[in-house]
Amino acid sequence: MSSQSGRVQMQGVQKRYGEVQAVKDLNLTIEAGELVTLLGPSGCGKTTTLRMLAGLEDVSAGKITIGGQDVTLQAATYRNVAMVFQSYALFPHMTVMENVAYGLTVSNLPKRTVQAKAEAGLETVGLAGYGSRYPSELSGGQQQRVAVARAVVLEPEVLLFDEPLSNLDAKLRRHVREEIRQIQQDLGITALYVTHDQEEAMAVSDKIVVMCDGEIAQMGSPLELYTRPSSAFIADFIGDANLLPCRVAGVEGDSVDVEIGAVRVRSRSNQALGKTATLAVHPHNLELVDLGNLNVIPGTVRMAAYLGDHMEYAVECEAGELFVADHRMTHQHQRGDRVGVRVEAENTSVLPS
Amino acid sequence: MKKTALWWLAAGMLSAACLPWFVNEDAQGPLSFLSGLGTEPGASLLIRVAVFSDAALWPIGLCLFALAAVCFSGLSGRRFAVALTSVSAVSLAVLVAYGLTADLPAGLSWGAFGLASSMLFLLTSGISSLRSANGDAFVVGLIGAVIVLVGLFVFFPIAHVMSEAFELPDGSYGVSRFFSLFFAKEVWHLSCLSGGGSCGPAVNSLFLAVCTGLATTMLGLAFALIATRSGFRAKRLLRMLTVLPIITPPFVIGLALILLFGRAGVVTDFAHEWFGFDKTRWVYGFTGVFVAQLLSFTPIAFLVLIGVVEGVSPSMEEASQTMRASRWQTFRHVSLPLMRPGLANAFLLGFIESLADFGNPLVLGGDFGVLSTEIYFAIVGAVSDSARAAVLGIVLLTMTLGAFLLQRWWLGSGSYATVTGKGDSGRHCHMSRGLKLTCYAVALPWAAFTAVVYSMIFFGSIVALWGYDNSFTLAHYTRAFGFDFSDGLSLNGAAWDSYFTTLKIAALAAPLTALVGLATAYLLVRRQFAGKQIFEFGTLLSFAIPGTVVGISYILAFNVPPIELTGTGAILIIAFMFRNMPVGVRGGVAAMSQLDKSLDEASVTLGANSFTTVRRVIAPLLGPAILAALVYSFVRAITSVSAVIFLVSARHNMATSFIVGRVENGEFGIAIAYSAVLIITMLVCIGLLQLIVGQRALYRADRKRKNQLSPQTATT
Repeated sequence: MSSQSGRVQMQGVQKRYGEVQAVKDLNLTIEAGELVTLLGPSGCGKTTTLRMLAGLEDVSAGKITIGGQDVTLQAATYRNVAMVFQSYALFPHMTVMENVAYGLTVSNLPKRTVQAKAEAGLETVGLAGYGSRYPSELSGGQQQRVAVARAVVLEPEVLLFDEPLSNLDAKLRRHVREEIRQIQQDLGITALYVTHDQEEAMAVSDKIVVMCDGEIAQMGSPLELYTRPSSAFIADFIGDANLLPCRVAGVEGDSVDVEIGAVRVRSRSNQALGKTATLAVHPHNLELVDLGNLNVIPGTVRMAAYLGDHMEYAVECEAGELFVADHRMTHQHQRGDRVGVRVEAENTSVLPS
Repeated sequence: MKKTALWWLAAGMLSAACLPWFVNEDAQGPLSFLSGLGTEPGASLLIRVAVFSDAALWPIGLCLFALAAVCFSGLSGRRFAVALTSVSAVSLAVLVAYGLTADLPAGLSWGAFGLASSMLFLLTSGISSLRSANGDAFVVGLIGAVIVLVGLFVFFPIAHVMSEAFELPDGSYGVSRFFSLFFAKEVWHLSCLSGGGSCGPAVNSLFLAVCTGLATTMLGLAFALIATRSGFRAKRLLRMLTVLPIITPPFVIGLALILLFGRAGVVTDFAHEWFGFDKTRWVYGFTGVFVAQLLSFTPIAFLVLIGVVEGVSPSMEEASQTMRASRWQTFRHVSLPLMRPGLANAFLLGFIESLADFGNPLVLGGDFGVLSTEIYFAIVGAVSDSARAAVLGIVLLTMTLGAFLLQRWWLGSGSYATVTGKGDSGRHCHMSRGLKLTCYAVALPWAAFTAVVYSMIFFGSIVALWGYDNSFTLAHYTRAFGFDFSDGLSLNGAAWDSYFTTLKIAALAAPLTALVGLATAYLLVRRQFAGKQIFEFGTLLSFAIPGTVVGISYILAFNVPPIELTGTGAILIIAFMFRNMPVGVRGGVAAMSQLDKSLDEASVTLGANSFTTVRRVIAPLLGPAILAALVYSFVRAITSVSAVIFLVSARHNMATSFIVGRVENGEFGIAIAYSAVLIITMLVCIGLLQLIVGQRALYRADRKRKNQLSPQTATT
């Protein structure tokens, strides 16, 4: 199976529902063969964006091109895209084979071609031999793979995923997302993937686009987003980071010294900073030590939870509550303990407050 | 898109060239129009213009040329869309203006309808290509077709009633006569209050409707509570009540009441012999009509209220109980307030049904005249006064529309619908003891009474002459449905003719009704378009138009050109289609809301257009709903009387109007026997439906996916 994957460009795309602006002036490019994820809290406009690319929603303003061709006014039927739905949307009255062959059949391809391509499609997702079953006779993960097969047999220029894993249980999710990524890379299809789960987004994507209130908050590789968040929102959303108000003590290139109370941390920033700023620290870059240590933030353990491979603490301190994921299981603290919180400066970043 | 346009243009050309423009009375038989094309009455548009120089048709011919010019012009893209839309809109307007204003020698025929449809679909395909991505020729065409059909067969006739009511004796129009008739003392007078005889029909109708609405709601609630919140064992039997109104021919209950309480009735006899009560005609009048309507419409309220009572989320009742409220307090302060909109809905439904009811007042009304029967007598009475019928029709329409609007407004504002679609575990709590006893005391005797009334239908049909000659006989059946094998099979019963006509017309109407209803439901559930709310309102409006009003409006509208239909079977079919369309719409909406919308979207993103999607995905999944719509529109067509009675003709006599004739002659035996046969016919139909749908459901159950059918129950 091959695919003439295309480059997708959305230029100044907007979507209004009456007064509400669901998507505001969105500019997005997906290179051919790339998997880009739209990530964001519910209501941020990510699904609307996906549906506009599919042609299921009209575009209020702006332009969409796929493989260089303007498709802004083209109906979904005629766009060379295929979509995998959250609910899979398998046709319950058709067999697996009929489902996979549906798009080929309605395109009036010769019967033999349809059969061959559908079988190849089922093979791709590892379901050869399941053709005569009905979707209800398959497990959730298998249904999901049928949905993927149904989309890829059309050899679309773009493959769209609308929260494809949200109906699967947590264990299966990991497995299926690996498969999806595998198939997408094997076929080299351009793909747009929507999810609200940041772990899922980081696992499958070449590039992540974080959306908030109908706008792009930041885009970049998973690494960039995690280590160089551009705003407190991203730091919180991608890395569950603690956001500590701090004073800027000195700037040297992109390395910045900040002070949280008496504690001094050397971090970095690529943004213009004022006198005060926000230090973003991931939970596992904090560790609990005895109060006597130097350069620690004093606090009280308010909550301690044992999670097998690590401990989670909520520590009450002057700057607010810190969320700590401590992987050193040797020193466990109890609720009510007075502790010092040490900041591992390596992976922190300073954001304008 | 251009291909579609060319196709419709060709269809229009063909209609203009080869199909007769006017109805040709001389032409008999299916293909005789061909030979008639050469004569003036049977000629097509083209021939009339070219050979018979009919000047009035010139503008239409020119429009056709203009359309052809647009289709064959080199225009493309948006400019073509704009040109096509504007030219076809003008053409359609010219054609409508011609139909309404020109002095037509006869009703328009296939040529005109074909041309009109082709212009309509050229217009819709133009509009669809004007719009951006989601403008879809199939969907816009469907919207256009439904709007035109509803406009033509619901609003156009009503407009005729209006114009009849506002027309002055000298042919001009004005409000003076309308107001004097609308507010006439004989319509509204209140002399019954002061003890001087009976009130006007409008007052009677209104009073009756309020009483019936209240009483059916109470009874319905009692039944619904027993059915859903008690340990009552015969719940299935209770649920059977809900089938009754569907299969009961309109006069049966009235006749059965006469057999019980009339002058020669069983109960009257008994009371006379044992207690010395006088034999009176008390059942004729308000009391009789009221009891008959209660019997007829309580099951409808029951059906609505089952949904309402079940719609109250059990978790709310459980929450109330965990806060130490007693069962009665829970019911009084939580459940009942949540049911309030549903109760209002049931009341308004009963109110509308009572106003529109024709069969019961006709049989039992006596001196108690209501609007629906007065309209009938204004048309068929000694002096046919269509203006009076029109005005009474408007009075009635005002009342039903008022109730309908109130219902829409009430349901629209502040919805208490508590069915979330999410699995709401927990069980409805049972009623408190006092409430339960009250419900039993109200509902069970009534159920027993209903059973007695329906058993009367059986006895009434086999007793020779009720009250006078109580011997059993099959004479009524043989008179109505006799047959003879002496010389092959000959059906010599008096009723066969109307029986077969009824079945035939109902069988023709059913698929059309289902088609229009489900197509409308598809548009309402699945499509977003400008003016959708008005569209929905318009399509459901025909529910609020009483059958008698439909009857006179069809007589007034379709007895004269441009569309002459009276005396044909077609007018009956059309009347049924648009009377019963809301049933199909509601069924379709309920069924379609249960299909996940992503199924359509999946199909569309896989490259199917919306027509293919409907054909290959939606229609197969709606199978049972389609079947149900078919059977119910079939059955309702059989039992319909109020509209039919104005529209039947010698050639197309229907069962119900045959029965009316027998009732008016006092031949109750044969009328009841015929009704019994109709009931059995319909029971067979519904039984078959249950069998087929039931099996289909089983067959689907093992391949139903959990995501596809969510347990969303429509509350009302």
